[in-house]
Amino acid sequence: MRALGLVLLLLIASLPARAGEIIGALSQNRVDLTATFSGSEILIFGAVRHAPEDMIDGQPRPFDVVITVEGPRQTVYVFRKDRVAGIWMNTDQVRMESVPSFYAVATTGPLETILSPETDAEYRISTHATIGGATEGVQPLFAEALTRIRERGGSYLALNRYVHMDREVLFRTVVRLPANLTEGAYTTRMYLVRDGAVISQYRTAIFVRKDGLERWLHQMAYDQPLLYGVMALLMALAAGWGASALVAAIRDR
Amino acid sequence: MLVYLPIAEVSVDAFLLLGIGAAVGMLSGMFGVGGGFLITPLLFFIGVPPAVAVATGANQVVASSISGVLAHFKRRSVDIKMGGVLLAGGLIGSSLGIVLFRWLTRIGQVDLAVQLSYVVFLGIVGVLMLQEGIRSWVRASRPGAPKRKLHQHNWVHALPFKMKFRVSGLYISIIPPMLVGAFVGILSAVMGVGGGFIMVPAMIYLLGIPTKVVVGTSLFQIIFTTGFTTVAHAVTSHSVDILLAFFLIVGGVFGAQLGTVIGAKLRGEQLRVLLALIVLAVCAKVAMDLLVAPTEPYSIRVAGRF
Repeated sequence: MRALGLVLLLLIASLPARAGEIIGALSQNRVDLTATFSGSEILIFGAVRHAPEDMIDGQPRPFDVVITVEGPRQTVYVFRKDRVAGIWMNTDQVRMESVPSFYAVATTGPLETILSPETDAEYRISTHATIGGATEGVQPLFAEALTRIRERGGSYLALNRYVHMDREVLFRTVVRLPANLTEGAYTTRMYLVRDGAVISQYRTAIFVRKDGLERWLHQMAYDQPLLYGVMALLMALAAGWGASALVAAIRDR
Repeated sequence: MLVYLPIAEVSVDAFLLLGIGAAVGMLSGMFGVGGGFLITPLLFFIGVPPAVAVATGANQVVASSISGVLAHFKRRSVDIKMGGVLLAGGLIGSSLGIVLFRWLTRIGQVDLAVQLSYVVFLGIVGVLMLQEGIRSWVRASRPGAPKRKLHQHNWVHALPFKMKFRVSGLYISIIPPMLVGAFVGILSAVMGVGGGFIMVPAMIYLLGIPTKVVVGTSLFQIIFTTGFTTVAHAVTSHSVDILLAFFLIVGGVFGAQLGTVIGAKLRGEQLRVLLALIVLAVCAKVAMDLLVAPTEPYSIRVAGRF
């Protein structure tokens, strides 16, 4: 990783000197959801280069790095339970379109002091801003509930001060992807931020897909449901009969 | 060891699943029940979506019933004709139940419907079984008490479409067994159970079928109905998780063998009282979830998922 960081450093140094620049990479671009998948840690790292006018006595002016990882967007329903005749049941529901299934924001400092509200709204960086479009016209309580539940489940992460800087040039962070991942492209954005504004951004993606037995079973369940159902049935019959036959054979010996 | 379930799309500890399978299998071996009524709520408790829990529960019942069915066939304690009539009703009921289940999922009330059904049915059946079990326990300890008649003639015998059931020694209308089968079929689709806990008492008390063929015949009907339910859920809602079923079944079949050995050492009345208490405990747990204010009143469902 260190070697890669140096390569990036050389690469960024070789770029023509303009404004500030950010460039990055991931420890892996692919995550396979297999039967034993229990989450994955993605190392995100890169380098920044500062424009000459931002250098004072060989030191860059204060800056920050913000990294976001966004999972595939989905339509979700948020239900609220209320007491009806003594029983707690779902009484209200709200539909929200285009909500990220996973969202992590890692920063070098507190997000609210790094970004101006206008920049946040423009680039949709904070969790609140990124689901903003989906929650228009939705009661704020439902939007808050969505964020709260997903944060508790580890699907929405606010990783303040989780980006480590090395000699004001190299940065790195680790984002933990939970076990219950949705398949698709996880867009990873890296922002170089100064004075509340985005100076440069870099974009890449992690591809998450089911693999092995998981992929085969999931595809079959959706593409050939009848065959899949019959297979489930035969598996149950064979296992139930086989085990009792086995136990009977052992007992008879 | 965590396993990622491809259909439920959650990660669960494989040993936990094997343990649940084994514990429920042991009970089903002891009491001769399918155990769906315990598996399905236990799966809810560990975070498997209800739709997947119900469909996979039905699949698990197939595995836990097959060896019982084969044993009863060998002993010729299956009334195939009666089983066929019950089954005809069961398939109709299961189809209705599948449609009902999909509609409930769409309006977001499937959890409530499933939980309420559990509270109502387990409550009623548990109380009845407890009553009956205690009564026969008392009777068994007082020899010489009057024995109950095999079966009484009631309104069931006044209905049309009568048919002869040689093995059961009955000449009754096919309407009541069809209705019993249909009712159990609906329960199988909505609750992910075999329905033996409803069917066995209904066959004994309502239809008057002799006790010696009741269990074999109900198992015969259950295995076809739950098999049909499994395939129907797989086709209509893609909610059967084979991997989940696999772990439950592997734990279950070995637990069941152990349960059979333990069950043989206990007296019938004691077994019935014990099973009644377990049924009531599950009922109470599910009821608590409905009655106690939830710590998180909100929940999320992703469109197109369970």
